[in-house]
Amino acid sequence: MDWTDTLAELIRRTTSDLPADAEAALCRAVDVESPDSQAALILRALVENTALARQQSTPLCQDTGTLTFFWEVPPGTDTAALEQAARNAVARATHNGWLRRNTIDTLTGRSVDSNVAEGCPVCHFEQRAADGEGSCKTPRSMGVPPMKHGQDARATPVRKGFCKSPEGHAAGIEVWLLQKGGGSENMSRQFSLPDETLGAGRDLEGVRRCLLHAVWQTQGFGCAPGVLGVCIGADRAEGFLVAKRQLLRSLDDAAPEPELAALERRVLEEANALGIGPMGMGGTTTLLGVKIAARTRLPASYFVTVAYLCWACRRRGLRVSSDGSLHWLN
Amino acid sequence: MITLHHPFTETAVRALCAGEAVRVSGRVCTGRDRLHKHLAEGGACPADLRDGALFHCGPVVVPLSPDPAQPSDGRGGWRVVAAGPTTSIREEPYMARVIERFGVRVVIGKGGMGEATRAACARFGCVYLQAVGGAAALIAQRIKRVAQVHFLEEFGATEALWELDIEGLEAVVGIDASGRSLYDEVRDASAMRLRRLLG
Repeated sequence: MDWTDTLAELIRRTTSDLPADAEAALCRAVDVESPDSQAALILRALVENTALARQQSTPLCQDTGTLTFFWEVPPGTDTAALEQAARNAVARATHNGWLRRNTIDTLTGRSVDSNVAEGCPVCHFEQRAADGEGSCKTPRSMGVPPMKHGQDARATPVRKGFCKSPEGHAAGIEVWLLQKGGGSENMSRQFSLPDETLGAGRDLEGVRRCLLHAVWQTQGFGCAPGVLGVCIGADRAEGFLVAKRQLLRSLDDAAPEPELAALERRVLEEANALGIGPMGMGGTTTLLGVKIAARTRLPASYFVTVAYLCWACRRRGLRVSSDGSLHWLN
Repeated sequence: MITLHHPFTETAVRALCAGEAVRVSGRVCTGRDRLHKHLAEGGACPADLRDGALFHCGPVVVPLSPDPAQPSDGRGGWRVVAAGPTTSIREEPYMARVIERFGVRVVIGKGGMGEATRAACARFGCVYLQAVGGAAALIAQRIKRVAQVHFLEEFGATEALWELDIEGLEAVVGIDASGRSLYDEVRDASAMRLRRLLG
């Protein structure tokens, strides 16, 4: 199997084909808004755009974003070769018009037309232990603590893609691609609690206040309706990574911890009651989903990290099994 | 639905009200951060913006011909595969000056703009239109032709000034020439609801 070909196809699908859960959420939103409103007009255009991009294999948003590959590989994998394949695939996808020339040399201000540079695209590798038994292993960064055998159901993985498939995939490789646009990335933020100006203390009520405040501040920036990926705890750097990884979760799932699932539901409902609406022009559809994970923290720190994603939640995954067969994961 | 065609007259622009849906046709110029800074700081504009439209947009373009010898700053030779508005507020430090200097009548972008632009719209007879953010395939379909490109080498393809001929681009009036901003209204109303929610 040629990894460059495979990853170029992953980019084509990610950039042009919105996942079914996101498309369904947009379609439901059209029905919720009043038919003659600006909100309904905008949402109908988003649905039409989604179908058109898929049919033409063209980018569904012109900001094809930061490309982040999340890899899960067995021990002994040549990750340098996979990273090189990702770079080759990005250059090819850019040449094909699937990606915008979207990379600027920060010092010279010149465009890096291939979109390939040091650390660009981003690759995160995690090694999966080859545990042949029937349990699911969920990567640490997916928002769930690592599971030990016999642990209770709180550790049930939150997304199918990172579960062991029935045939097992201990020797297989799984990769997810997230394309996140600059407008939405500019709106990601981090709070350090307590925050007196928000009246936010070190508890879930404080987290709720941060999240609603973040949604209010985002209006007019990242294209609403959006998705919040949230990490409570961790240090600053890990908080942003964990928050971003929550954006790989299906819009239809819920956090395995009941208190976080309840907070996800509540913030979604309250944010949509703010009246901000699609593109900040008013309406009842401001968020499509809220995805929260919790991590341990230092006694001195309590970070709430928010990764904001616009309506164009471009995420796709694939798994190559040990026999070389390829499975698309959404 | 109201239709607007280039060149945009002051009368047509002043007749628009915030919240109205419009369709825009004719010549539109793209410009992002690099261009706005250049124009606001006294730089020359190679395209005629008088009674024109400035679209906050960095398109995805592919050359029609694979010939690398093709002149890079010339007419045509490009196809837009995806195009949509970028966040306009980044141009707030420059926008009012650009409207005044070049006689821009229509600004197309997303998310609205600030007080200086709102005041410039009222004073000089300009309107701010909200295009559908992220609807890049749909908007690319409304672009019939790349007429010309400027600053391609200097700014790069995304930040370059693309002169596009468009037909029927859908947008909503966000800030009208009477100085009414839909974004300010939504922001104020949502701030009140937020205060109620947070007690």
